[in-house]
Order: sequence, then C-alpha cells, then structure tokens
Amino acid sequence: MLNLIIFVPLLAAIAILLGAPARKCALGAAIAQFALSLLAFLAYDRTKGGFQFLSTYAIVPEWRLNYFVGADGLSLLMLLLTGIVTLAAIWLAPKVEKREGLFYACLLFISAGAAGAFASVDLFFLYAFHELALIPTFLLIGLWGSGERYTAAWKITIYLGLGSFILLIGLIDLYLAVPEASRTFNLIDLQQLAASGLIPAAAQSRPYIFLLIGFGILVSLFPFHSWAPPAYASAPVPAAMLHAGVLKKFGLYGLIRVALPLLPEGARQWAWLLLILLVGNIIYIGLVTIAQRKLDWLLGYSSVMHMGYIFLGIAALNLVGVSGAALLMFAHGLSIAALFAMAGMLREKNLTLALDGFGGLAKTMPWLAFAFGLAAFASIGLPGFANFASELTVFFGAFKPAAGLSTANFQLATVFALWGVVMSAVYMLRAYRAIFWGAPGKDAETWIDPAKSLRWPIVLLLAALVIAGFAPGAFYSYVRPSVEALLPK
Amino acid sequence: MIPSLSLEIVVLLLGIAMLLVESFSKTEDKRGLARTAIAILSALVGFSFFAKGNGDADVAKIFYSADPTALFFKRLALVTTIVVLVMSLEYKAVLAKFLPSARPGAGIGEFYSLPVFTCAGLMFMASAVDFILIFVSLELVTISFYVLVAYLRRHPQSLEAGVKYLILGALSTGFFVYGITWIFGLTGETNLHAIGAVLASREVARAPLLFGIMLTLVGLGFKVAAAPFQIWVPDVYQGAPTPITAFLSVGSKASSFIVLIRVLEPFLGVAGVGEPVIKILAIIAGLTLLYGNLAALPQDNFKRLLAYSSIGHAGYLLVAVASVSATPEGFGSSRIAVGYYLAGYLLMTLLSFLVLIIVANHSRGDDLMHFNGLARRSPFLAFGMLTSMLSLAGVPFTAGFIGKFLVFATAVQAGKYVLVGIGIIAVAAGFYYYLRIVAAMYWQEPNDDRAITMNPLSKFVVGLLTAAIFFFGIFPQPLLNSLRGASAPIAQAAR
Repeated sequence: MLNLIIFVPLLAAIAILLGAPARKCALGAAIAQFALSLLAFLAYDRTKGGFQFLSTYAIVPEWRLNYFVGADGLSLLMLLLTGIVTLAAIWLAPKVEKREGLFYACLLFISAGAAGAFASVDLFFLYAFHELALIPTFLLIGLWGSGERYTAAWKITIYLGLGSFILLIGLIDLYLAVPEASRTFNLIDLQQLAASGLIPAAAQSRPYIFLLIGFGILVSLFPFHSWAPPAYASAPVPAAMLHAGVLKKFGLYGLIRVALPLLPEGARQWAWLLLILLVGNIIYIGLVTIAQRKLDWLLGYSSVMHMGYIFLGIAALNLVGVSGAALLMFAHGLSIAALFAMAGMLREKNLTLALDGFGGLAKTMPWLAFAFGLAAFASIGLPGFANFASELTVFFGAFKPAAGLSTANFQLATVFALWGVVMSAVYMLRAYRAIFWGAPGKDAETWIDPAKSLRWPIVLLLAALVIAGFAPGAFYSYVRPSVEALLPK
Repeated sequence: MIPSLSLEIVVLLLGIAMLLVESFSKTEDKRGLARTAIAILSALVGFSFFAKGNGDADVAKIFYSADPTALFFKRLALVTTIVVLVMSLEYKAVLAKFLPSARPGAGIGEFYSLPVFTCAGLMFMASAVDFILIFVSLELVTISFYVLVAYLRRHPQSLEAGVKYLILGALSTGFFVYGITWIFGLTGETNLHAIGAVLASREVARAPLLFGIMLTLVGLGFKVAAAPFQIWVPDVYQGAPTPITAFLSVGSKASSFIVLIRVLEPFLGVAGVGEPVIKILAIIAGLTLLYGNLAALPQDNFKRLLAYSSIGHAGYLLVAVASVSATPEGFGSSRIAVGYYLAGYLLMTLLSFLVLIIVANHSRGDDLMHFNGLARRSPFLAFGMLTSMLSLAGVPFTAGFIGKFLVFATAVQAGKYVLVGIGIIAVAAGFYYYLRIVAAMYWQEPNDDRAITMNPLSKFVVGLLTAAIFFFGIFPQPLLNSLRGASAPIAQAAR
C-alpha cells in the first residue's frame, strides 16, 4: 500500500513526461494517492501500534541498506497531509500555457519524494527520497514562477542542496557512530541499538549538530531561513502549497524520527542552541512578517515563523511537546497550503499582491472572504482549528520540558512564543482587513468569487483542519504511541 | 578462461590493423574503421569477464597484475574508448573542416586508431605493479594524447593546447622518472611489492625516500589534474577536439588514479613516511576541491566548465585517497570509493560530452548559451544532459551520488573533518554551475528551432548511459561486487 502511495505519482510523472495527457493523469494520480493515504490511515491497527504495512527489498546487504517502507502513526499523519495537499494543489493548478506535461510531472515528483521520505524506514532512502523534490522545485520556480523567479529558484536550490549535503554528512557520521559489527541503515534496528546504549553519549554531539543544521536549513530554521520567503513568493501556487505545506515538514519529521531516538544525548546538549534559534524564528521573523506589505511575502515569512513553535515542541523532548509538534506539522501544512492557494486566487486579480492594492473584497467575494478568514484564524491558532489544539499542547510541553533540560530557559522561550501568537494575530488580521474590508480598491467591483469547482480543494483543506481541531484526540491517538516509542526512556 | 594479457594484445593488434587499413584502403569514408573498432572493443568488454587472474604468481616478481581492481579499470578503459569512438563519429564534420588534406577523408583514420592505442596504454596502466611498466604504459597513453590533442591542425586553439600539453606533460614525466630513480636508488627495486618488502625489512633513509615519493606525486598529480599541477587543464581541455577532451578527463584520470593508489601502497606503512605523505595528499585534495569548484563558477564555455569540474572531481577522488587510514574493506574503504566514483564519473562525463558534441554540431559553438532551450529542441538530449548534470552535482538516485556518498563516508570515517568542510563548499558551488546548464536548457527559449538530429548509434549510447547512471545510482551492488575481492587494499599496508 505504501509502495503505491510513492510509486503511483512517480509513475504518473514518468508517463506524463512520455506523453500521457498531463492534467488528467496528474489528477488521477493525486486522487489515487489521497485515497490510498486515507485508506492506510484508517486501516492502521492502533491497538497493535508500531510500524505496519512493511515491505522491503535488499539493495546493499553488506551495509544493511534496504529499500524499506513502513508507517507508524506519525508517518501516516504526514502521508495523509501529503495526500490532501497534493490533491488540492494539483486540482487548483492554473491553466499552464507552456510545457504542461513538465509542470505536472514536477509537481508529482515533489509529492512522490515527500511521500517516499515519510514512508521510509531506511535512513538512506529517507534522505534520498526527499532530494527527489529538489530539481522539480528548481524547474517549477524558474519556468512558471513570477517576480524575481530566477533569483528565488537559485537561492532555494543552492540553500537546500547545501542543507541536504550537511544532513548527509550527519547521517554518515551517525551511521559510523555505531560499532562496526552492528552498523545498519534500518531505522527500527538503529532505534533498538540506541535504546541498548550502543551509540555512546560522547559520540552523539557531533552528528546531532550536523543533523540539526542540515534539517534546520530544510525547515528554514533561523538564521538559515532566507531562501523560503522569496521562493514561496515566486513559486507557482501548487508548488508553493506543496513545498510550504508538505516538503518543509520533512526536516522536522527527520528530527523527530532520526535525531530524537538515536541521538537523545546530542539533543539534550544542543537544546540551548535550538532554543535561541527558535526564539529567533518566532520573534525576529514575527517582526519581519509584520513589516511585510505584500501578501505572498507575508505568508512566506509567517510560514517561517510558525516553524519556531514546532521546533519548540521538539526541543522539549517530552511526550506532550513532541506530539503537539507532530500535530502542529499537520495543521500548519494544511493551513499554509490553503492560504497560499487563496493568495493565488487573489493574484489573478492583483498581480503584485500588495496589500494596499486591495480593499472591500468581502462584498464582492464573500465566499473567498469567509474561507480566507477561516484559514487565517486557523493560522493564528484560534480554538476550533487543529492549530490551536496543537500549539496549546506544544506550550504545555515546553513549559515543563524533559528531565535534564533547563526549565527556566524553556519557560522563557514559551513566553516569547506566546507573544508570537499575538504577532501572528497582528499581521494576519491586518492583512485580512486590508484585503477584505475598508474602501474598495481599484476595479474591485468586477472581481468575483472563484468558480465552484475551484472551491472544493480549499474546502477539503479547511475541513481537515476543523476535523482535527474538534477531535484532536483521535489524531493524538495516532501520534502519541509513535512519539512515545521514539522518545528516549 | 582466457589470460588477462590477451585483452591488451587484441587491443594493440586492433590498433595496428586499423593503421594498416587506413594506409592502404582507398575509401574516403573511414567511419567503417571506427565502427569495427567499437564492435571489437565491445566484445572485449564481454570477454573481460572471463579473464583469468594471475593471483598465484609471486607478486614480487611480476610487473603485470590481473587482480579484480585491474580488471575493473580495464573495463572502464574499454568503455571509455568505445564511447570516445562513438563521439568521434559524431565529430566528423569538425574534423573535416580543420584538417588540411590532399584528398577528402585523408587523415581521419588515425583519429580513430590512436584512441585504440591509448586504450591499450590505459589497460596496461591498470595492471602495472612495476615502475618500469607504469612508466612505459603511461608514456604510451601520453604520447598518443600529444598527437590527438593537437589533431585539428588548422585550429590555433587545438595547436596551442597541443603545445601546452606537450611541454607540461614532458616536464611532469621528467619529475616522475626522477622520482623513480630516487626510489630505485634507495631500495634497489622497481617492483612495488618488492619495494614494500625492502622497506619493511630494513631501515631506509627517510628524507631521500620522501623526496622521491614527492617527485612521483608531482608526475601523477599532473596526470590526474590535481592542484597545484592543474594549470594546463582548462586550455588543453578547451582546445582539444571534444572527443579527446572527454577521453583525457575520463580515461587518463581513471587509470592515473589506480596507478596513484598502487604507487602509494608500499610507502604508507613506513613509519615517518606514511603520515607526511597522507598529510600532503590531504592538502592537495583540499586545494584541488576548492580550485576546481570555485573556478568553475564563472565559466561560460561548456568545455572549459567541464575542465574545471574535472579538476573538482579529482579533488573528491583525492579526498578518498587521502582517507586511507579507514577500515580496509566494506563500507568506507578508499579503494572501493575511488573505483565507484570513477565508474560513475565515467558515465556522467562521457554522457555530457556526447550530448555536447551533438548539440555543438547544430549550434556551431560550445558555450552555455548554445544549450538554451534544448529541452524544446530535443527533450531526449536535454534529459540525458539533465541526468548527467544531476549526477555530477551528486543528487540521489544517480551513480554520482553513490560515489560522493562513499567518498565522504571514507573521509568521515578517517576523521578528516577539514576536508569534509571544504567538501561542503565544493558541493554547494557544484550545485550552482551544474544547474546553470539545466537552467539554460529548461528555462530559456531556444535560439533557433531546428530539430536536432544524431546518428542512431549516438542516440542508443545516450540512452544507455542515462539508464546506467540511474541504474547504478539505485542498485550499487553489481559495481561493488565487481570491485570487491580487490587485492590487498591500500589501508592494509598502512597498518
């Protein structure tokens, strides 16, 4: 089943490159991927727990390197996110005039890469699958982007290429930290090795810092964030949705999946650094976000800022914090994808997306005003949305971090993070007011709501947010056992 | 089972036969010669899998070793020559333009037969375990390259390249021979194993020994294009006929690396000699990485860019060589990393040069801008070039990635974190200059819309190389197996 989730989009992409009808094929693959990920999510046996749907194929036996996929509750949640956002992104993809096939193929490659990374239980493939998205992003932004697209494409590609390489060094270092006889790329085995103390505490610090910086660059951890806002501002809408919504979560997922269980001592040693950087994400980037005057840049920066909360949950190293972070990854992915999708709809009317070019749209575009309002509220973290449930959990977790961490520092960081919520409210509500209320902007009367068929993807994203917001318990029942298994005892 | 030496003999006989046919045949179209050579060399690749090793011979007495590593590098040499001949067929128009000839077609035959001699030299190099054979085979390779580089007699750049290559090549050969004489003078042996035995059995003066090793390193550094002996590379690569550039950057480099590893082997274990040699190698590796990758950034000519990139890749390979203190077998072994890297490098470099020749035929130039919009003019070629660039940059699921993975695994295992740090800069720079070609091909509009034609053989080879890059990027096991069982790995000597 997991193989299908990865290879259906991959094969569809190849078929499109070979000349299959682009949009039909892509949409078919996205629907199939969504249905399969939902099915896998529902079919997961929670009473049994652990990794399920395992399937493996030996690649290099002497290094214990296998193609090995499997999913626990955490992976399934991320796969579900991938399925939902991919479907919405491909559905919403605007009419492409030049080289439609390449466009859809690139989107599917990104989706397949993300799904592969989330489903891999092998360190090598976890890394390799994520890289599948690098070049498609480069092509998507350069070919179909807007604004300063060349600069943005170069920046994101070189930054992420660099980040991935640092990550690779960290993974090699981690692989070699295990005594020679028991070296393996298999994550389940590695976790058992780590639990039995085969990765000495002294050897954890260096690989962890490589992983933190490598994954951090991929997640736009402050101060390695500067690739993200220009890339999201220039990228075509579906690419921005997929990248900000799904792909960026890979780095966080990697920290939870690889760094926490295997290098807990490293995580403890470097917690102070992560705390400083994540406060930078929340406060510094929060202020930068408030200063933005264009909607796309504002959303780009806000997505960087919100990574700070997720890092906070992960840094706390306890069950409450990390599982809150996991659900927040899901929630943030949905809400930012919805926001980018609607920003794309607004861009059709106002090319620059400058906030002062809008106004009074609530009257002429009531549906969009409502939907945008919901997504913006979700992004701020208002009750009723998954973002609220998960951010709150993160704060609870961070207020009383795991043993061995400085409670005072964490509480200080949590207080900063709470102020971050206020900042989110400031910029989101200001943007909302500028766009939908007030005096109508130029030609605003002629603007109408998006066609019905384009509303469904947004409804899908928002519905998932609300469901997870009202019934977070159901989602936590997936995440908690998985996270518990990952945290050091 | 056939004796391994028969492979080289067949290649040499083939070269001589081609020269004779070229002299006596009256046909104007000499392409039949190249096609015959391609067929015979391809058959030899197949036969090489039935070649018998001479593992039972007394290693201190032989000058020709047929261990798995040697066979592996012989196959690399054969494959390189085959693809170079395919390129030469595509290169016919350029040759005809720049060759003065009394009658049409004259002088082209040698262009097909000289690479066969080079191939024989490369194959001997792969097996050479005695300084005399190393020197003779190296000269066979180098002298045929002197001719080939300057082959376009009416093209000033090609002549300039020829002169530069000749002068610097001769100089480096001088260093190499001088180094050999010092080592011979100290140990009384030219066989590498015998030298190792002498060094193990009695005390040899350290300073003169180091001096001799340094001199041989200078000679080999020139061949593999390592900094600071890389000055000749950009001009020679740009000026030489493109198939020969490809041959230089792949064939010559691959065999020189195996020679480098074999030459260093006996000295690494010697107290007071091994450590400084490794230290110097590490410095050379770092310099080469930085120089090659940073100087490639501003290049606008594709051949020149590949020249700098070839220096950069020599840097990665030297990182693996400088990390020899790692565990001898399995993951992170230097010899395996070097072998795998070179195999991947062969595929991706040959592919990019082949596409370059085809594109240059239609665009009258080999600058980056001639690749503009290639994705529209020929999606097939553009995809081939994309694959090659991704592999050169080291993106997963390509052979180049596995190579890089292994190289840095050896470096991390050996604790060479400074080199790893330099590697991070190099990789980031590589992403930029390799993707510039991707950007030109996919982002830009074509300068002209004519479709690109190529002969079916080239098309087949482009497809094959592309598929091989992906195959060996996902399933490394076959290549690892063929490298496996390699004789005493260099690190064992270091113990």
